[in-house]
Amino acid sequence: MSETPENPNTVIVRRLTKIYGGIKVVDNVSFRIGKGEILGFLGPNGAGKSTTMKILSGMCPATSGSAYVCGVSVANNPGEVRRHIGYMPENNPLPEDLRVSEYLRYRAGLKEVPVRETSRRVEEAMEICQLNRKAKRKIIGNLSKGFRQRVGIADAILSKPDLIIMDEPTIGLDPHQIIAIRSLINSLRGKMSVIISSHILPEIELVCDRVIIINQGRIVASGSSESLRKEFISSDKYGVGVKCPPEEFGKYCSVMGNGLRISSHSKSADADGYWDYVLESDIGSDLGRSLIGELSKDTRLAVREVSRLKPNLEEIFMAATRRSWEEVRGVKDKGADLEVDDLRKRRDVRFAPSSDDASSTEEGGK
Amino acid sequence: MRGFKTLLSWQLHSLFVSASTYFTIFLFLVLTGAFYLLALIDVSKAPSEISPTASFLSVFWFPVLFMVPLITMRSLAEERRQGTLGAMMTTHVSAWQVVLAKFFAAYFLYVFMWLLTLSFPLVTAWTLPGATSDSKLFSIPEIVSGYGFVFLSGTTYIAIGIFASSLTRTTLVAGMLSTGMLFFAIAGAALIAKIPVTGNWYVDWIAAHGGYLQTFRQLEEFRSALLDTRPLFLYLSATAVIISVTSLITEAKKS
Repeated sequence: MSETPENPNTVIVRRLTKIYGGIKVVDNVSFRIGKGEILGFLGPNGAGKSTTMKILSGMCPATSGSAYVCGVSVANNPGEVRRHIGYMPENNPLPEDLRVSEYLRYRAGLKEVPVRETSRRVEEAMEICQLNRKAKRKIIGNLSKGFRQRVGIADAILSKPDLIIMDEPTIGLDPHQIIAIRSLINSLRGKMSVIISSHILPEIELVCDRVIIINQGRIVASGSSESLRKEFISSDKYGVGVKCPPEEFGKYCSVMGNGLRISSHSKSADADGYWDYVLESDIGSDLGRSLIGELSKDTRLAVREVSRLKPNLEEIFMAATRRSWEEVRGVKDKGADLEVDDLRKRRDVRFAPSSDDASSTEEGGK
Repeated sequence: MRGFKTLLSWQLHSLFVSASTYFTIFLFLVLTGAFYLLALIDVSKAPSEISPTASFLSVFWFPVLFMVPLITMRSLAEERRQGTLGAMMTTHVSAWQVVLAKFFAAYFLYVFMWLLTLSFPLVTAWTLPGATSDSKLFSIPEIVSGYGFVFLSGTTYIAIGIFASSLTRTTLVAGMLSTGMLFFAIAGAALIAKIPVTGNWYVDWIAAHGGYLQTFRQLEEFRSALLDTRPLFLYLSATAVIISVTSLITEAKKS
């Protein structure tokens, strides 16, 4: 993302590297976050998400590279950077023996919220996070996990920072609480830039404007979920419900052409005699209409359903991380020269660095 | 500065709303009360130049050995265990401010507890009139010098307690470490001075210079109202060094 007067960058990260005990936990990572943008940070355990977030919040120094928050260098002025950041760490540690309102007042003091504004800001944050009714006077140690997460978010937004960093904000929550937290994060869109890391991929897809997938310390993919779908998912999938057993339906598919094949199917027909299929095609164009037309020609099939299956972020995530693992494995395997060459070519095409960011960049990942 | 004020007021608040603080104060008063009673009995048995307060303060180290760990062991260890130390450091406050706030809060409680023992002479005069002369009970120079030393040395002892708490996530381990370090700080120099080795120049040098580090000798000098800036320099500089090291440890372990 380029910086424009309409959309200035809240965060600029260039070639960030962090080495712990000789191991590169974050490897040459570069990305930018625009003002008011919500960015999802995805990656398996130990991928380097939390470390990157800690570096951004000034909690730990980077080994090399630079990071700027609102134009302030994190390395040179971590104290000033913290004024621009609301950080909700993983597991959201809270003191057990304070009341919610007491804790938020205390945090407002630490964040140097002006004394005159403290009460108003605390009330506002509690209202946004729906803490002002039941939980306000409760001891934090007695709160449910969902309410504790809300307290963490209320704390993060308390000083109206330019950037909010949330490390796994929906971890351990039930579906109702997840929906509540999702709408809460949605309400911040456009007002503050937000970075969210999560393992719950549908959450990220629903909430975030853009996604960065990180694996083994490197950015392996970046962009909107739509652009990632195009990049990482080469085949289209269709859901079909027909009265036809797999052996026979397989022949139908090969006759229809367009590279259609059965990807998977139900183990048996349902009570009405219907089989559910997932068809796959590498052709790259929408075959929905022609599929309906072809299948409707034969009335014996009694078509019940034809739908285009949109690959979800989970599939994109799996494809992106698998590819990066293959790359690492391929590079290590000196005997497999052909494979290495092929992977390098793919990498050159898909991960070509942009002019200012040489490797592992979100720009290159697009 | 606002961050530091907030931290300090919350540290004091959390100390004084905690039941364990009141339990510590209760234990401390029972123990020191018993010591004061023994000091009174000693003074009343035979004519003595030492006042009950001076006699009572000569064993000040004993309550310090258990009271300082109780006050300080939770300070940083508990924050690290809960993970709230890292959360605190995501705001504008620095490790220095966190450590100083914890130090001053604990020191305030330490001074407050010792000030409560000033009620012992009053209680004695009220409940046992004529047990000893008022001039001995309320010997202002001895009270000022004795308590002055307790307060001065207390800065180092509290700093040691906070330092021990920064080394671990377990409050019990912090308490044990603190007790060990305090014992060495209070009695270490006296024990080294008693090593029966002479003849080596370095042993003699240690005995000559290390002797000055003896807490009990310093207390004696204070009680004799000898104005000496050396203990002042020793304890304040030791406190500053220990707090600096604790701040560095806290900074390193914040994430």
